[in-house]
Amino acid sequence: MKPRHKRLLAILGGLAALGAATALVLSAFQENLVFFFTPTQVAANEAPKGRLFRIGGMVEKGSVRREGVEVRFVVTDTARTIPVVYRGPLPDLFREGKGVVAQGVLNADGVFQAREVLAKHDENYMPPEAAHAVEAAQKAQKTVVK
Amino acid sequence: MRWFWYASPQTFYPLAGKLAVAGGLAAAVLAVVGLYVGLLVAPTDAQQGEAYRIIFIHVPAAWMSMFIYVVMAFWAGLGLAFNTRLSGMMASALAPTGALFTFIALWTGALWGRPTWGTYWVWGDARLMSELILLFLYFGFMALHASIEDPRRADRAAALLALVGVVNIPIIYYSVKWWNTLHQGASVSMTAAPKMAATMLAGMLVMALAFWAYSIAAAMLRVRSLIRERAA
Repeated sequence: MKPRHKRLLAILGGLAALGAATALVLSAFQENLVFFFTPTQVAANEAPKGRLFRIGGMVEKGSVRREGVEVRFVVTDTARTIPVVYRGPLPDLFREGKGVVAQGVLNADGVFQAREVLAKHDENYMPPEAAHAVEAAQKAQKTVVK
Repeated sequence: MRWFWYASPQTFYPLAGKLAVAGGLAAAVLAVVGLYVGLLVAPTDAQQGEAYRIIFIHVPAAWMSMFIYVVMAFWAGLGLAFNTRLSGMMASALAPTGALFTFIALWTGALWGRPTWGTYWVWGDARLMSELILLFLYFGFMALHASIEDPRRADRAAALLALVGVVNIPIIYYSVKWWNTLHQGASVSMTAAPKMAATMLAGMLVMALAFWAYSIAAAMLRVRSLIRERAA
């Protein structure tokens, strides 16, 4: 075949090989590429001990308590929960029932001592009226199911 | 086959000029419409209030940063395979605009992150890291090209870099799906219904078109400059 078709094939082949290599490298490094651990992973002792790491999940409803400078809350992934204690400013979007990512250390009693708490928001964007409608619909559904 | 009619830099030169004008005009009109919709028509967000409106710059810029890289790599690859001069010039013409949008995406992202997440930046988040790597790829492409005297050899070397870096694009896009990230998932995707109000989505799409038109205009002006440079 013509030299330029050979070059094209070589480039496409090279790209395919590069893609495959990257996929393999990424899958091999999966465990080390963790940005945050879920409560389930922390409960299963998958998180590093004695080292700073991040935990991510949802703030359990009704779990936020402020005791002076300290604030305590519970992070859940609907399967397991981890209690968190934190001193410091909380982001505006920190809410019960919403996402959170905290960085800190897990102490001996299984309480996560956070040094930094970040709010994680979801990808939904809607005006307040729509949000109220969604909430009302969810409440209505729960009543019907019961 | 008329495929190669415009492959000659001299033949493409006047067409590039017309595309630049059309792109510039379209970009101006679309930007005005897009910002009007985004800042004045779209409703406030239930979670974030007015702060979310930076989305009308941030997301279109991020989309363009990825799209331009793919187009740049396409031209670079074509130039490498078919030894066509204009393809290499197109890749070089696109790089600075791609880098600009990548920077805008990172910068507006940081400004948005502070009031919402509580931080300008986090190391280790896959979306943020891969987008930063994209910026380095653009800079690397431009630096590599500038460091080689002969333009044709420079084109080929930079093209290899562009092609190797293409693997980063699906990583950026799927980062929020493949890994646990602080950055939220996709609000708009080709497989699911949009998770945003219609006017918000419309504003974002119009701004994306505005940025696209601008990119065409900028690339056309740059490629004309390169054609003049290399003809001498």
